[in-house]
Amino acid sequence: MLPLDIAFWVMAAVGVATALAVVMEKDIFRAALFLVVSFLVVAGIFVLLNAEFLAMVQVLVYVGAISILIIFAIMLTRNAHEGNPFNSFQLPALVLSTMMLAAIAFVAVNTEWHDWDQLGLQVLPGDSGEVFSATEQGIKNVFGNTTQVIARLLMRDFVLPMEAASVVLLAAVIGALALVRENEGEA
Amino acid sequence: MNLENFLIFSGIIFSIGLYGALSKKNVITVLMSIELMFNGVNIALIAFSRYVVPQRIAADPVAAEAEVARALAEGTALGETVLSTLLTGQVFAIFIITIAAAEVALGLGIVIAMYRNRETVDVTQANLMRG
Repeated sequence: MLPLDIAFWVMAAVGVATALAVVMEKDIFRAALFLVVSFLVVAGIFVLLNAEFLAMVQVLVYVGAISILIIFAIMLTRNAHEGNPFNSFQLPALVLSTMMLAAIAFVAVNTEWHDWDQLGLQVLPGDSGEVFSATEQGIKNVFGNTTQVIARLLMRDFVLPMEAASVVLLAAVIGALALVRENEGEA
Repeated sequence: MNLENFLIFSGIIFSIGLYGALSKKNVITVLMSIELMFNGVNIALIAFSRYVVPQRIAADPVAAEAEVARALAEGTALGETVLSTLLTGQVFAIFIITIAAAEVALGLGIVIAMYRNRETVDVTQANLMRG
């Protein structure tokens, strides 16, 4: 097996185990710590998929910011004696999510994906390093230099969604401040 | 390691998140499970962007090859060519991460407000608007 394959299978096993631990763990604080490990594993998966920029964004936003917010919220609202119980929908939820997983796996395995092998291009992770054509060279360059290409895409093809996303973030921050504000002085 | 492996991994993460989001009482666990689901979707998007040939290249590989060769010869940035469509999935993932950050900030704000008013973080107790 290639080193990349070993890395993938190790990360997949750790990722599934920590994701299960997030849901199953009795202590919600430890569940949050497992969630951090799960975010880190996903960042590693992004690196395997040649998405280095997104791996860094994942570490900064999820591991750095979102998990800290979650841990703060847990510490502010902690009812340690309650633990982390299931509600009355546990069995239907298990059935539904199992069916969802079965459907996803069925579609993933049975669909004829149009991949690079069909065009005869050697550009996937783990393919041989030899470069045969201009397209292969270009694809390898794009995936070796994703930040630049993403910047061009965001600033040209996706400039309107990007502006909308910034407005959404601003509205969310103002909304969160308004929600948690102490409303003293108001009747 | 191929596209199917990544898709099934992302499906497992998504389903675990779905299970947690539907079956837990603590609203913070529900939020964490939703984050897991976002992560599963992101993995799928980035795997598609890495493994699946974009329509414009698949429809006419020869024209794509010529365009890329011209860009390489003239020193134009490859992001200017048809190859920039390769990374559309990663751009979608960036937007999902942005929205997830907004969602967590608002969601945890609601959790804090709920805890302040009702001394609980149990979603089954959040029935103020029940008819």
